[in-house]
Amino acid sequence: MEFVNPEGLRLDGRRPMEMRQLRAQIGAVAKADGSAVFEMGNTKVIAAVYGPREVQNRSQQINDQALVRCEYSMANFSTGDRRRKPKGDRRSTEISLVIRQTMEECILTNLMPRSQIDIYVQVLQADGGTRSACINAATLALADAGIPMRDLVTSCSAGFLNSTPLLDLNYVEDSAGGPDVTVGILPKVDKVTLLQMDAKLPIDTFENVMQLAVEGCKAIANYIREVLLENTKQLEYRRGL
Amino acid sequence: MLHSKTFNKKTRGGRIQKLVREVYLRDDIYCGALFCKSCEDKSKARLTATASTILILDTNVVLNQIDLLENPAVEDVVLLSVVLQEVKNKNSAVYGRIRNLIDSPARRFVVFSNEFHRDTYVQTMAGESPNDRNDRAIRVAARWYQSHLGEAVKVLLITNDRENKRKATEEGVSAETIESYVKSLGQPALLDLLVQPASEDVIMEEVEDMRPSKRKVVYPEHKPMSEITSGLTKGIYHQGKLRVNRYNPFEAYVGSESIGDEIVIYGRGNMNRAFDGDVVAVELLPQDQWHEEKSLSIVDEEDEEEDVHLVPGSSDDAPRTSIPVSSSTFDTNPVSSRPSGRVVGIIKRNWHSYCGSLEPMPMPAGSGGLAYALFVSKDRRIPKIRIQTRQLDNLLDKRIIVAVDSWDRQSRHPSGHYVRSIGQIGDRDTETELVLIENDIDARPFSAQVLACLPPLPWSVSSKDLNESNRVDLRHLCVFSVDPPGCKDIDDALHCTMLPTGNFEVGVHIADVTNFVHPGTPLDDEATQRGTSVYLVERRIDMLPKPLTEDICSLRADVERLAFSVIWEMTPEAEIISTKYTKSVIKSRAALSYVEAQARMDDSRLVDPVTKDLRNMNALAKIMRQRRIQRGALTLASAEVKFQIDTETHDPLDIGMYQIREANQMVEEFMLAANVSVAEKILKEFPECSLLRRHPTPTKEMLGPLLRTAAAVGLNLDVTSSKALADSLDCAVGDDPYFNKLIRIMATRCMTQAVYFCSGELSPPEFLHYGLAAPLYTHFTSPIRRYADVIVHRLLAASIGIYKLPTIFRDRPQLTSIADNLNYRHRNAQMASRGSVELHTLIYFRNRPTDTEARIVKMRSNGFIVFVPKFGIEGPVYLTMRGDKGGGEWFVDEQQQKIRKMDGSVSYSILQAVKIHLEVLEPKPNRPKLQLTLL
Ligand SMILES: [Zn+2]
Repeated sequence: MEFVNPEGLRLDGRRPMEMRQLRAQIGAVAKADGSAVFEMGNTKVIAAVYGPREVQNRSQQINDQALVRCEYSMANFSTGDRRRKPKGDRRSTEISLVIRQTMEECILTNLMPRSQIDIYVQVLQADGGTRSACINAATLALADAGIPMRDLVTSCSAGFLNSTPLLDLNYVEDSAGGPDVTVGILPKVDKVTLLQMDAKLPIDTFENVMQLAVEGCKAIANYIREVLLENTKQLEYRRGL
Repeated sequence: MLHSKTFNKKTRGGRIQKLVREVYLRDDIYCGALFCKSCEDKSKARLTATASTILILDTNVVLNQIDLLENPAVEDVVLLSVVLQEVKNKNSAVYGRIRNLIDSPARRFVVFSNEFHRDTYVQTMAGESPNDRNDRAIRVAARWYQSHLGEAVKVLLITNDRENKRKATEEGVSAETIESYVKSLGQPALLDLLVQPASEDVIMEEVEDMRPSKRKVVYPEHKPMSEITSGLTKGIYHQGKLRVNRYNPFEAYVGSESIGDEIVIYGRGNMNRAFDGDVVAVELLPQDQWHEEKSLSIVDEEDEEEDVHLVPGSSDDAPRTSIPVSSSTFDTNPVSSRPSGRVVGIIKRNWHSYCGSLEPMPMPAGSGGLAYALFVSKDRRIPKIRIQTRQLDNLLDKRIIVAVDSWDRQSRHPSGHYVRSIGQIGDRDTETELVLIENDIDARPFSAQVLACLPPLPWSVSSKDLNESNRVDLRHLCVFSVDPPGCKDIDDALHCTMLPTGNFEVGVHIADVTNFVHPGTPLDDEATQRGTSVYLVERRIDMLPKPLTEDICSLRADVERLAFSVIWEMTPEAEIISTKYTKSVIKSRAALSYVEAQARMDDSRLVDPVTKDLRNMNALAKIMRQRRIQRGALTLASAEVKFQIDTETHDPLDIGMYQIREANQMVEEFMLAANVSVAEKILKEFPECSLLRRHPTPTKEMLGPLLRTAAAVGLNLDVTSSKALADSLDCAVGDDPYFNKLIRIMATRCMTQAVYFCSGELSPPEFLHYGLAAPLYTHFTSPIRRYADVIVHRLLAASIGIYKLPTIFRDRPQLTSIADNLNYRHRNAQMASRGSVELHTLIYFRNRPTDTEARIVKMRSNGFIVFVPKFGIEGPVYLTMRGDKGGGEWFVDEQQQKIRKMDGSVSYSILQAVKIHLEVLEPKPNRPKLQLTLL
């Protein structure tokens, strides 16, 4: 299958190094302490954050830092084929773990000992790159909740099809079975906090693909910063400052 | 920032399952005109400033008129992405050709990605069919071009679709049919290239038997696709690829998975307009009609006798043995057990262009130069094709290429159009080119990009090469090569040193081609495509450019060369104690021919180091060979012939069987051993992606003809295993000294050819090389002339850790497609060699009528097929006059494989020696033919 035509265009009209359109909205769930909707093309994810609050299950309480919990789920309507997926299947558990670990890395948990932070992410619409979209949505929601963070953690994926590194795979490209590298970074400190790949790649190719994903993360970080800035301005207006 | 453009995003919906896909519409897609003032990026622009008309083609024009588009008279063409996509889905061959035109710097074809352009993207309207939507997209793009480029140029939409043309005109887009456009160019010869419209909507007046009153239905209708699909699911119809018998075009086979057997199709009527290679739907005939024979169903009285041809080297080129023809009056068992059927529909056409010539015919009077002619393909499996031409007198004595356009029920012959002419019939260069074209062999000179990958010349081993840490200096070894006389592309060299322990160190040194051919370079891509060098009688078509083939890689005598070596330590009993693989530098002491090597070994006075090593090697080789044969390797015989060519005229001077000497066998033995050692090594390291070579075990059915012949002469062959067969072949000795070889030749032609494959695709038992009785085999020893060996070199280098494995090896589908291409190229190269030998045989006998001895190898109802050992050819000998098919005068005894005259006066039996006369006759002008007659 041809994923990049000889004119250098992908199936959806993007060039190999282009990302899908990003969209974000802060404060989608009024009840939560922080929330956001994040879209990468047709992938749409909602994240809600509760906390820091009292640890519900005392036995889990940690004395010198906050307890971060994460629950990932996919809305039944998210894929289009009306398939009912059981909650807590292996994939969900794994993604929950990945998101939790990635977020824990950037939250300054030592500032909030004996407390608990809950992150809920749900995929509303899936079209490839859900993992990255979840992390980006969670970052925005955490920022919205005012939880102290080391940096914004952002994530993006890149793949390798038709011997070409491709940024931000959509569902069709993702299903091609090629390598798919998901990267999460802390852009300010330029540190990689997440790296996942489910295929084999020669090391030099891998470096190119990963570099592309890192560039993607940086672009998303810029976008998220703009969104947050815009949001802060809005808040200022509302408070009449 | 990765992208700074703003995109409009639209979605398009699917049918049953709603699929939402994004389309990013762009403003950075350019029109491709060099004179355009608004587009900044001119890197891909081709449309010239002088172009007065810019053509936009619709899908059907591209699909049908590709031959015309390839003619340089058509330029300044815009191909819309919507058109390319449709062409790609419908016909990948045409897609490949149009892509070549786009890539060619000599042509002015540009692509316009209208589907992603902000202003030309078209959304499907409610109730609009995909076809209508695409037609509209084409019109929208045409209109955009006109307004984008302004009035200075004319943008012309070429479409033969009446509706589309009408709408275009309404919408203010100029549109014309391809015919009227070509006419406007004022070059009548171009009209020959046009595809003839199917006869339902013929516009031009038809002559000949095409008059409506005379037209009658010749073929049954093809079932509509929906009926075929449901028939297939219900099991009434069977799907498969039609394979026409190369030696009897009225007989074809469809391998059907649904009934697990081959369905035989007799006659053009039952084939119902299907071509060789078409995917067809077949309906089985009632069982009582299964005995139908070829003579019953021939639609036209074409003169279809077998030609004299080379002796087949394997079952792939051997004539298919159908149920042996027997005179029907004596038929006791008329119903055959093989299912036969008829074609009810064609699922996928395999039409392409064919080489051949026009059937001789008188010039028609008063038709204004326009004539209908019948084209006869060189490939006998292809029916005659009717073409229309305005240059008949010019074409009658030419070899030409013709493409098929259509075949409707009313015409006996498919119709097609002239593509180009190659040259005079019978001219050696023309006929050689024909052989190349027929076998899809690229004999063009290497492109500048490919040549740019060569190291600077003159090349010699540098100190850098010597200091390379992975390269061992073996220049001190007494290395030599043994090849056919005059061999310039020396792939392999050998050495054999006696060790103090009494053991031998034996080395096989192979040209280090991968040191010069790097993955991903144009040179490598070209070699991948060519797959192999092609050896014709008077010419060689190289896989790699000449400097590499004949100099840099070639392990010539007395120069330092880079090699990839396999070095064994062997006991005097030829047991391998250890195997070492290394890149090396060698300096060959001698480049011997087989004859020279043999003479040295035989001359007991010679005691020089090379000769001594040769003798040691030969002793080892004999033991290895013996052991291999004990394991069950078959010693098959081939009937290869060798020409002596006049260096001036390139005409064949002499012809004779290729003589195999001990020296050949010695070299072959070590090459086999090296290939096996390398196969083991790479497979161990890369079990998923190694390129190996396997030879399938012949089925009982394939060995049928051999067994029948053997039974008739009272020989009992055991075919349960290759070992059993090898043993019983060894026992097959009669009073006749040639008998054993004859049986071996017949065994060889029952086997299929060995093939390359990717180890991840099959399971280990299937890796077997039957003929060599080797569980594992590959090709390592000829990287200069075979691409498979280049791949294996890379695998071996990676497995000993000196180079990384190129990325391609991670991509199994791609690797498999490379292996498939290699098999295809390999087979074509062999076919071309055979074609070239057949051509030279014909040239040789042109002025040399000869009497010689021949052997009967197959019975026919009106004669038999003989094999002429001296010239490696076989062909029919008729006992009755042509046209008189048996006539009841002769009677074939199936069991005994004998043909007997009714009155019992004369009989001939299989394998019997007969005297024949060989002569080239020209029954029709421009059709010389080698004829065999009984003396
Ligand atoms: Zn322009």
